[in-house]
Amino acid sequence: MADQRNDGTAALDLAAWSCPLPLADYPTIVMGHGGGGKLGNELVEHLFLPAFRNPALESLGDGAVLDLSASRIAMSTDSFVVQPLFFPGGSIGALAVNGTVNDLAVSGAVPKFLTAGFILEEGFPIAQLAAIVRDMAAAARHAGVQIVTGDTKVVERGHGDGCYINTAGVGVLRDGIAVGPRRARPGDAILVSGTLGDHGMAIMSVREGLEFESQIRSDCASLNELIARVLDAHGGAIHAMRDPTRGGLAATLSEIARASGVGMVLDERNLPIRPEVQSACELLGLDPLYVANEGKVVFFVAPDAAEASLAVLRNHPLGRDAARIGSVTAEHPGLLVARTGMGANRVVSIPVGEQLPRIC
Amino acid sequence: MKYLQEFRDGEVAQRMVREIRHLVTRPWKIMEVCGGQTHSIIKNGIDQMLPEGVEMVHGPGCPVCVTPLSLIDKALAIAAQPGVIFCSFGDMLRVPGTEGDLFQVKGRGGDVRVVYSPLDAIDIAVKNPEKQVVFFGVGFETTAPANAMSVHLAKRRGLNNFSLLVSHVLVPPAIEAIMSSPGNQVQAFLAAGHVCSVMGFWEYPPLAEKFGIPIVVTGFEPLDLLEGIRRAVLQLERGEHRVENAYARIVTYAGNLEAQKLLAEVFEVTDRAWRGIGVIPQSGWRLRDAYRAFDAEERFALTGIRTVESPLCRAGDVLRGAIKPAECPAFGRECSPRHPLGATMVSSEGACAAYYNYGRVLSAEQLAGAGVSRG
Repeated sequence: MADQRNDGTAALDLAAWSCPLPLADYPTIVMGHGGGGKLGNELVEHLFLPAFRNPALESLGDGAVLDLSASRIAMSTDSFVVQPLFFPGGSIGALAVNGTVNDLAVSGAVPKFLTAGFILEEGFPIAQLAAIVRDMAAAARHAGVQIVTGDTKVVERGHGDGCYINTAGVGVLRDGIAVGPRRARPGDAILVSGTLGDHGMAIMSVREGLEFESQIRSDCASLNELIARVLDAHGGAIHAMRDPTRGGLAATLSEIARASGVGMVLDERNLPIRPEVQSACELLGLDPLYVANEGKVVFFVAPDAAEASLAVLRNHPLGRDAARIGSVTAEHPGLLVARTGMGANRVVSIPVGEQLPRIC
Repeated sequence: MKYLQEFRDGEVAQRMVREIRHLVTRPWKIMEVCGGQTHSIIKNGIDQMLPEGVEMVHGPGCPVCVTPLSLIDKALAIAAQPGVIFCSFGDMLRVPGTEGDLFQVKGRGGDVRVVYSPLDAIDIAVKNPEKQVVFFGVGFETTAPANAMSVHLAKRRGLNNFSLLVSHVLVPPAIEAIMSSPGNQVQAFLAAGHVCSVMGFWEYPPLAEKFGIPIVVTGFEPLDLLEGIRRAVLQLERGEHRVENAYARIVTYAGNLEAQKLLAEVFEVTDRAWRGIGVIPQSGWRLRDAYRAFDAEERFALTGIRTVESPLCRAGDVLRGAIKPAECPAFGRECSPRHPLGATMVSSEGACAAYYNYGRVLSAEQLAGAGVSRG
């Protein structure tokens, strides 16, 4: 029983206290979901565990215990804060899994295990969280990885943007593969696995309420299988790989050009860009070279294996629009030069921040 | 793609360049007025393809660049006020005021939003009746109809929480000012296609006559630009000075009459200060008395704003076509898109930003190695 105190309020007997509402009926996230108590456990038992089910997770230890039987592993981590949380072609959940899977895959690793950390805002609808978790589970299944441990924190309303996710991942490095951003060589062909700018323009079209005649869908996808096909066939000829996410193809190529101390020449006419993405970019004054992708990979390939690698890419559903877009040169190290459709040359530089839609 | 790829055909472009080369017997300086044209010229490398002697001079037609610093400072002051939602096109956010830019105001908690149309700002005003919603209405004749429409709608709907921070500028008075300036070297103009899609080109024959200059209404795609240049060169070589329309798929002589009617109802001509250039008489629009209640400068008491231009920035000389961006001592040193001293380094339509972003900041040797000249 609660004691009657002098100030007239009832002191709570915390040991015996429980919320008068059935906890599972909370339609939204409350602070208690991050508190490590019953509410948090319910999220784990009724949402995360059934969705991600695997032996390492089910042991519910403080950390997952994994057997990799490998001496060389790759690790990666990434945080996801995309708005809106759901967009044509994907969601923050699919992105959180695919993003880390792809970072491992372009390191030359076979992605195996992921962690998932959630930062949820008080008041966030549990139905939306469930949909995000479903997308994560589906993406993990598709990519052949397991989500083996996780964490949930809740921040007060107004201190978050609904849902942030961090994933970290571990993969086993493949034998006989030596890829890295410093390994691009003069003469290498530059291949891209498909159309550029789809993700960024999909996000922009929903975020800004722009309505285009045809909907632009994000290319959000896990690339480990596509990359494995190329490495299985021509692994020794692949010198560098990178997924051109933020900053788009231009930022990715510039980084590799500087890391490898080489120059690059792009042929603008060969860049695969969907007409609807090109149109949307024209309308907003953006350049698809700088727009984010979430399901594309760039390969630097020894020239004698370039066409064969391209054929492997084009045989995979995620690589149908793959193209050879340029080559590496010993000239102008660190510089990316585009041969324009007009036959002139221009330097492609890295933008300072986000591209800004222009006035007219 | 319709209306894009047809006007980006590299082989046709090379053919047109050869035609221009055949025409040219002596050097000519041609100014493209519009910043969108400058961007396209630099991005596509058109200035590098032109025969020696045909020089493109970049004009003042970037709305971000010519908006006076004092107005940017007013925008910063309004946007920082509590209870205000400040709406703007994206590329105004990074323009440096005397102290900071709109991004920094946003970072400090100001409600600054990027919109794609002033009509979006009207929607925001309807949904937020307890807030004052301000749209930063700058630009040339191109953006003016939508800005006029926003004020027109606000008045019709009795939206007392919407106002326009307005500084519109006009192309024909700018051409007049450039041609009248001492030391002017411009011999022909490419008129801005989008401005003419609104206004038509009936305003230009008196200018062509008065200054004896060819004026060619020109579009923005590479082939549009080359066609504009070809026609300007042809007139120059023949000693002619007519107004021609090389953008007939969009522009008519009379222009968009409905839009012009609305503009005349909402705006009246006024003297305007152009950043880097100074006051040009009768070169802009302001709200008429009937719409003055929607003028943000009237609605917000703005005092104590101190406006100081960077002493290093030579944006004014760039905007008049007196120097190329790379000739400014601060270009690529004190001034870059990351730390812009002037607005010409901010907008993608600004000549300095176009030069910087397409690599013209590199050394002559580096550029030569990459097959690019500094321009």
